[in-house]
Amino acid sequence: MKTIITSSGNITTAVFDKRFGRAAWFCIYDEQTGEAEFIENVNLNASNGAGTKAAEKAIELNVKKIISGDFGPKAKELLDKFEIQMVILQDDNLTIENIIKKLKN
Amino acid sequence: MPRRRRLRKVIAPPGFKGYKPYGANHSKNEFIELLYEEYEAIKLSDYDFMNHETAAKVMGISRPTFARIYESARRKIAKAMVEVKEIRTVYGNALLDKNWYECHVCNARFTIPKTQNKHCCAMCSSININLLKNDI
Repeated sequence: MKTIITSSGNITTAVFDKRFGRAAWFCIYDEQTGEAEFIENVNLNASNGAGTKAAEKAIELNVKKIISGDFGPKAKELLDKFEIQMVILQDDNLTIENIIKKLKN
Repeated sequence: MPRRRRLRKVIAPPGFKGYKPYGANHSKNEFIELLYEEYEAIKLSDYDFMNHETAAKVMGISRPTFARIYESARRKIAKAMVEVKEIRTVYGNALLDKNWYECHVCNARFTIPKTQNKHCCAMCSSININLLKNDI
């Protein structure tokens, strides 16, 4: 099962990004293999529809869970429809490593 | 075969589990079940002052269906008052707009899609979770 974690950088020590559509990077963590892969968010500076595009990307990648700080109404609706689990974390100081460690437990 | 019943959209579930009469002469243990969609119908038309047409649109049903739900809600409340019965809210045919859960262990908030049969926290797999009442 694949999980997307929004990240501010492309390494696992990077801090988790609380924005969904405008996060700098997406970390794709595979639960089976335990591998983390990073892809850059091309819609970072889009004037509108960044959340929707990020949600479409998640659907394309066949992700089952997304961890972020918040989701916009359009992204929420789309992710709900495709039955992708949304997780909201309030803590700003978490790194990608911390989150992956939590998921493993 | 009757036509399948469409789910009625409910923005927020009622903030209570029920109402109980007090100071009744003869206490009876009978109760009336008020469905979530009936509560929503009362709320939309008598609290938000919507007309049936717009309220029906909000709930994703036709105007006649809305009118039927609304009437049934009013009758149930009247019946409960006159016959001194308790009102209990039950889920009914509602489709909750927001089904977010909160974990008491790690404070994460998450949704549980229908395809997932695990009823536990998405982060720490704790089962100490509950449904958030209001929109977040």
